[in-house]
Amino acid sequence: MEGDIVQMGAYIGAGLACTGMGGAAVGVGHVVGNFLSGALRNPSAAGGQTATMFIGIAFSEALGIFSFLVALLLMFAV
Amino acid sequence: MATETQGVEEAGMELVFHPMDQFIIKPLFGDGPVGMFTITNTTLWMALSVLCVIGLLVLGTARRSIIPSRIQSVAELCYGFIRKMVEDVASKEALPYFPYIMTLFIFIVFSNFLGLLPMAFTPTSHIAVTAVMAMMVFLSVTILGFVKNGFGFLGVFWISAAPLPLRPILALIEVISYFVRPVSHSIRLAGNMMAGHAVIKVFAAFAPMVMISTGIGLMVTPLSILAITAIYALEVLVAFIQAYVFTILTCVYLKDALHPHH
Amino acid sequence: MATDTTTAATGHVSPIELEEVGKCVDSHGGAVGMPQLCTDWMSNQVFWLLVTLVVIFVVLSRIALPRIAGILAERSGAITNDLAAAEDLKAKAVEAEEAYNKALADARAEAQNIVAAAKADIQSDLNKAIAKADAEIAARSAEGEKVIAGIRAGALESIKQVAKDTTKEVVAAMGGKADAKTVTAAVSARMKG
Repeated sequence: MEGDIVQMGAYIGAGLACTGMGGAAVGVGHVVGNFLSGALRNPSAAGGQTATMFIGIAFSEALGIFSFLVALLLMFAV
Repeated sequence: MATETQGVEEAGMELVFHPMDQFIIKPLFGDGPVGMFTITNTTLWMALSVLCVIGLLVLGTARRSIIPSRIQSVAELCYGFIRKMVEDVASKEALPYFPYIMTLFIFIVFSNFLGLLPMAFTPTSHIAVTAVMAMMVFLSVTILGFVKNGFGFLGVFWISAAPLPLRPILALIEVISYFVRPVSHSIRLAGNMMAGHAVIKVFAAFAPMVMISTGIGLMVTPLSILAITAIYALEVLVAFIQAYVFTILTCVYLKDALHPHH
Repeated sequence: MATDTTTAATGHVSPIELEEVGKCVDSHGGAVGMPQLCTDWMSNQVFWLLVTLVVIFVVLSRIALPRIAGILAERSGAITNDLAAAEDLKAKAVEAEEAYNKALADARAEAQNIVAAAKADIQSDLNKAIAKADAEIAARSAEGEKVIAGIRAGALESIKQVAKDTTKEVVAAMGGKADAKTVTAAVSARMKG
């Protein structure tokens, strides 16, 4: 019985942790959207900044991956 | 999940599998325990990526033709891509470290892409592997920073552009973020790889639904196959982007070590 | 769900129990928990990773990268050489074009000279021929005139004779006796008038 409750809590927590990925999605969309609007205003400067954009994407995506990892840990490791 | 497994097994079909099964390390020969030197599936796929590296960068360029063949131009593209990245992001002084960065990039890119083959194993989906690489980058960059700049390397934490009262707080944040670097660096790669492969496996578990119940299956099976295709396409993109991101972050850290005063 | 009976029936064991024992796979070979966190496997992975990285690094730094750098350098050298050669060839082409233009202009001038000379020749020939023809025409027309004059003179003479004879006959018919001398004088006077 106690194990059931622990498992229930773990599954609920895993589901909740997945909402963090939505935040990462918003973040990545924001980065790319702003890059695109900037790039359309000044296309000549866009080429040199793609690397910066990817770094930004990587940073914001990492946090989504962290929440996914928490979900996985709760699902399979606890 | 337990009941599902049970249900299917009772129906006489062993179709449902654990999405994490694909990450299991098993010995290639025999069933013995996995020791340090055991030849496992990790060994196999790492060796395959080494073979691919040799095939692309050594055999592909063996003819040294001025007008490159297709494979040679791919090799040259890889070389030029990473070299330009090192030069642009980490400045010209980082060029002596170009072979190290190229090693990391080419290993990650090949194990990511080989891992996308059906039935394949992805070494980079394991935190142990990416953590070793990230720690190597972190340690060598830190040591390099101190060797090149002495204690001036600590200037990377002391942001002279900020107003004086803020600087200690910023320094604390910078120190924390500096030590979190290897964590995020490794988990980003392993997490991305693991996530994509696990999601594909989850959809793959739904795909044979039509064999269990024709009613729902006729709807679920095509949808899940479509989803697998879409996620697979995304994974092809991610496989490259994560290798790129790992490499470019290495370059960024290297730049910090070479030029700590922003 | 995770009670002992179902565990035995399904083969799915709570991860915690097995991780404490240090096993990462269940009796069916399925994963227990996250395989990434299984400490038993880490040393193996790290060892082979280091081996792989060292092998790749040696291959890259000893063979691949110097070779590709060599190829690229060779190619850029070849391109530079080719560009220089192309520059040379272009200069030569310009030179050749100039020479060609010059030759063309020369040839044109010569052709004009030849044409002018030929024209002058033809003109003089023509003039000569025209003069000759004129002379011939003049000679012929003079001859013709002479002939015409002769004929005219002959005609006048015969007219005078006919007129004299006619006059004599007319006079005789009228019953007179015509004096030859008088008739001639009268006819001459008439014909003059």
